[in-house]
Amino acid sequence: MSKWLNPRSAFGIALIAAALIALPFVAAMGGQAWVRILNFAILYVFLALGLNIVVGFAGLLDLGYIAFYAVGAYTYALLASPHFGLHWPFWVILPIGAAVACFFGVLLGSPTLKLRGDYLAIVTLGFGEIVRIFLNNLNAPINVTNGPQGITLIDTVAFGDFRFSGTSQVLGVSLSGPQKYYFLLVALAIFVIIINLRLQNSRIGRAWQAIREDEIAAKAIGINTRNLKLLAFAMGASFGGVAGGVFSAMQGFVSPESFSLIESIMILAMVVLGGMGHIPGVILGAVLLSILPEVLRYGVGPLQMALFGKMLIDPESLRMLIFGLALVLVMRFKPAGLWPSPERKRELSEKRAGAV
Amino acid sequence: MKRHRKVPFLHVAVDLPKMDIFLQQIINGLVQGSIYALVALGYTMVYGIMGLINFAHGEVVMIGTLVTITVATTLIKAGMPVAVAGLAGLSSAVLVCMALGWGLERIAYRPLRNAPRLTPLITAIGMSIVLQNVAMIVWGRNYLTFPHLLPKVNFEFAGAHFTAIQVMIVVVSGLTMAGLVLLVYRTKLGMAMRATAQNPQVASLMGVNSNRVISAAFVIGSALGALAGVMVGTYYEIAHYQMGFMLGLKAFTAAVLGGIGNLAGAMAGGILLGIIEALGAGYIGDLTGGFLGSHYQDIFAFIVLIVVLMFKPSGLFGEKTGDRA
Repeated sequence: MSKWLNPRSAFGIALIAAALIALPFVAAMGGQAWVRILNFAILYVFLALGLNIVVGFAGLLDLGYIAFYAVGAYTYALLASPHFGLHWPFWVILPIGAAVACFFGVLLGSPTLKLRGDYLAIVTLGFGEIVRIFLNNLNAPINVTNGPQGITLIDTVAFGDFRFSGTSQVLGVSLSGPQKYYFLLVALAIFVIIINLRLQNSRIGRAWQAIREDEIAAKAIGINTRNLKLLAFAMGASFGGVAGGVFSAMQGFVSPESFSLIESIMILAMVVLGGMGHIPGVILGAVLLSILPEVLRYGVGPLQMALFGKMLIDPESLRMLIFGLALVLVMRFKPAGLWPSPERKRELSEKRAGAV
Repeated sequence: MKRHRKVPFLHVAVDLPKMDIFLQQIINGLVQGSIYALVALGYTMVYGIMGLINFAHGEVVMIGTLVTITVATTLIKAGMPVAVAGLAGLSSAVLVCMALGWGLERIAYRPLRNAPRLTPLITAIGMSIVLQNVAMIVWGRNYLTFPHLLPKVNFEFAGAHFTAIQVMIVVVSGLTMAGLVLLVYRTKLGMAMRATAQNPQVASLMGVNSNRVISAAFVIGSALGALAGVMVGTYYEIAHYQMGFMLGLKAFTAAVLGGIGNLAGAMAGGILLGIIEALGAGYIGDLTGGFLGSHYQDIFAFIVLIVVLMFKPSGLFGEKTGDRA
């Protein structure tokens, strides 16, 4: 941490801070929709960093991460909406959501500890689907999740009398709802970035990396692989739960549709495309994959209208098509991701050169 | 896809209503299971030879169904006899899917042959997304109706009903699987495939062209997938660009259940999974006191998958997979 104190890094941090503060006001010039897009980008940074603990650090391929996000979102939605008539404060539910998600993480983690690689991917995928199927169908005979209709009128985040929805004056500046959420999300994202950074070089982080590189060797040098893998699942899941809580408060509405498999794939793609285990890379991946599709959505339709005079290809499917192609191409030409950590890059190039 | 079929109680024998359902669900499960088995063979052949989960295989099946719809419907509209149109649809689907399987391997997977295991898996997911969206651009978002290729004839056996289509599905997939077994155990190509699955390096030292063998596995698997796609189409009479993913996932589960990499295992696993699903959907209401209904049908495959991987990752018939599981 001491390197942060030299003047150049201090200047860099100040610059980033200034940019982060200015961003929502710049985005608002293009309309509040862009602030919302920005918010989702930060939410995805949060989620991708949570998944990075599981996939990037511990090397456990999790394709059902969205399930924890869903659990967090529904925990908040059920405890702070007219559905059950409960209106608990955000700050109380957030740790509950994290704990419930953590429980689900251990629930998923414990039976799958023996599995590795692609098998684990399929089992976690199945788990994610099971959670979604239950959310979709638990409206009868006892209405818990309200089924496919989802839960509406979820309370916004409030801090005493200060509510996060609607416009209000803060320190003489008028802030819209999405802008207030932006600052909340940035604060949470910084929190998760610090945790990721601190974990990376801690005893736990190094143990995870050892498991990732060679589980048998890790076991042989006395690492408790079972507990550490469970810890990775639990920590990743808790972050997913917190992100879910913020999501449902921000949207005011949750339905099982938001937690489909493609979302899990999207978050995994952010981690992998950015550079597994490398925090700046993961942030880059999350920002790219959440902002670019929106740019495409707004850009492709008008472009086609201008070029051909009609909509040839639905922008939504084009967006997904490009996303799929990007996955294939990045894996082909930059398998370590767009911004890999220096060590990872070296390892991969060595592996390639030395592959039989 | 249409979910669990309700069984009409036409002449309910008051003492034995449960037995009717039981037999009916076994028949439904057998039919669905034959389809799973055909798709599972595609997964298991590729996995056995190169250790890759070809996530895009379900999409190949979907494209087989949609190609058949387009060809058969066009020909029927042009006044061709239904049988000719159906056969033309089937063969064009098989050809398109074979080309697709070959292309997938050649373009997406071959360059990654020596990459870390995660890389081809992500590529496979990417290809699956690409194929789904190409299908959506070509065939649109809506459900498509599959033309009636077979006459609707109903049979009844001990209170259970089944159709000519169901009989055809079971018979055709049985014959196809027998043919595949002959191919793998009685031909030179089959021997080369088995050799490559056991040890690619040694096989290539013995003069086996492993690139050709891997291509062959993809092509044969895709042809079986196309056939399965046509069966799904005739059975459910509707098709959709998203139908491949869940089908593929369940077929993969079937392959794991039987022991991945094992042909007989994939067939047995497919049929077993079909029956488990059908019985589960039929009885889950009774078992949970009405708390969970037949719309939970899709979770059985995943529960089976998790349980198998927990307790016997090598599957029912598989040899020990060692590092793979």
